[in-house]
Amino acid sequence: MKARNTVAHTAIHAVLGLGSLVFLFPLLWMISTSLKPIEETMRVPPQWLPSHFLWRNYYDAVMYGHKILGYIPFLEYAKNTLLLAALGVTGTVLANALVAYGFARFRFRGREALFGVTLATMMIPFPVLMVPLFGLFRGLGWIGTFKPLWIPAWFGSAFNIFLLRQFFLTIPRDLTDAAIVDGCSELAAFRHIIVPLSKPALAVVALFHFLYAWNDFLGPLIYLTDQKMFTLSLGLQFYQSQHGGTEWNLLMAAATMVVLPIIVLFFFTQRTFIQGIAITGLKG
Amino acid sequence: MAKRKTALTVLAFISPWLLGLGVFTLYPVVASFYYSLCDYSVLQPARFIGAANYADLMSDEVFWQGLRNTAYYAAFALPLGLIVSLGLALLLNTGVRGMALYRTFFFLPALVPLVALAVLWLWIFNGEQGVLNYLLSLLGVRGPGWLADPRWTKPALVIAGTWGVGQAIVIYLARLQDVPVHLYEAADLDGAGWWAKIRHVTLPMISPVILFNLIMGIIGTLQYFTVPYVMTPQGQPARAAYFYIMYLYDNAFVYLKMGYASAMAWILFVIIVALTALALRLTARHVHYEGQ
Repeated sequence: MKARNTVAHTAIHAVLGLGSLVFLFPLLWMISTSLKPIEETMRVPPQWLPSHFLWRNYYDAVMYGHKILGYIPFLEYAKNTLLLAALGVTGTVLANALVAYGFARFRFRGREALFGVTLATMMIPFPVLMVPLFGLFRGLGWIGTFKPLWIPAWFGSAFNIFLLRQFFLTIPRDLTDAAIVDGCSELAAFRHIIVPLSKPALAVVALFHFLYAWNDFLGPLIYLTDQKMFTLSLGLQFYQSQHGGTEWNLLMAAATMVVLPIIVLFFFTQRTFIQGIAITGLKG
Repeated sequence: MAKRKTALTVLAFISPWLLGLGVFTLYPVVASFYYSLCDYSVLQPARFIGAANYADLMSDEVFWQGLRNTAYYAAFALPLGLIVSLGLALLLNTGVRGMALYRTFFFLPALVPLVALAVLWLWIFNGEQGVLNYLLSLLGVRGPGWLADPRWTKPALVIAGTWGVGQAIVIYLARLQDVPVHLYEAADLDGAGWWAKIRHVTLPMISPVILFNLIMGIIGTLQYFTVPYVMTPQGQPARAAYFYIMYLYDNAFVYLKMGYASAMAWILFVIIVALTALALRLTARHVHYEGQ
């Protein structure tokens, strides 16, 4: 029995090890390519590691076209992405926390119906909303600005309202009741008692919105017109469409710069990450 | 007075969503349906034309091609994703040492932003200098032209997509770790082997999450856009990788046929609802909810 267990465990490690290699290899290959001189990217059979680390590739990728453009494209993309993420995360956390608490704490007429409609809207695919939203934003003069990409976040989203409401329902009412009897307003009780208790759930919402803002491609593709206002995702695609197929080392350097911050963020917030993903799967 | 104050308090909390729901969801849903019955270019006011967009779509070869490509992609990517993610999660759940480390390795690709993922796989699939074909040649296989060959673009996209299934692995693993140990102990007493335990204990216990992932997978693959938009622009060659949403996007924002695009969006919506209902129905007898 023991021997069989050892064999089984060795087999499991072999499969998981091989699997890890398959999953990690593309990322390692990206980094390796990003540090090679161009001629080493073209060798067959491939050269696994750069003969020396050519950090200049990163500089060249960041600076490409800055003389003609008059600005440093990837620096602008990074600034735009961070700005959109900051505005979006702030709005998402504030709005969804308020609304979700409203649903969790108060009874009011039509609450169940409104919540039902809210959940049902999660089924609606974005392409259904896309054309009228474009028309609406165009009417407001928002096309070619950042506004369509962050203002909606300040009005809440069905999924986050659902997620936070479930969390708020687990907090005993007595905690705020006492404060309210003492003359504290509901809003103040929410701010000073509920919010501090809800930090883990709010962190999940904030983190996921940050990822969304970093990742989003279709939104910027539709609403942004000026290259200087591109986000990293849109900028990387633009760079690829202009330079693809030749300077793979520079392209991989650009891709690495888009990927690496997210991986670093993951290592710093691993628990929130894993918890958040586990929660999103618990809806089922 | 007290009642009025409560109403105001409630409003203070939920008013952002009342506005958001109305302006950014309900209005667009209604308008989109109306536009789907219109000739609408966004530059000029919409003109009502009845069901003409829908009728035109039925005889639009590109529409059908997009739908077929999307169905093909879903038919391979969904089962493959399910097998890989569930298989790896089950292995991770055997109590092997280093579980957290393996889990991190499998999860990292899921963090890669989609545009970066597409750019990276463009390089790996490169026909001449691509590392994948070199690795295949070591196994004695002559790799295809991948993205240059219309027969291989969709399989290439399936492979790139499956690389990012880490999120499902984490979800499965979280649920697997919640399966009560006493169920396994009871199965041990009955003399159940490894497979019997998986079939009669593990799978039923995590079936709601499998269903959830399946439905999310259906919704996601039907709206597959970013990766093919970058890897196979216009679905070329031979539009073999031209997916439903790519055609919808082109209709809306390249040809400015916004009414036509809205009609496509509504057909997609109906397909999603129908498939979700079907998935719920077909699995109803097999999905086990605790407390039932």
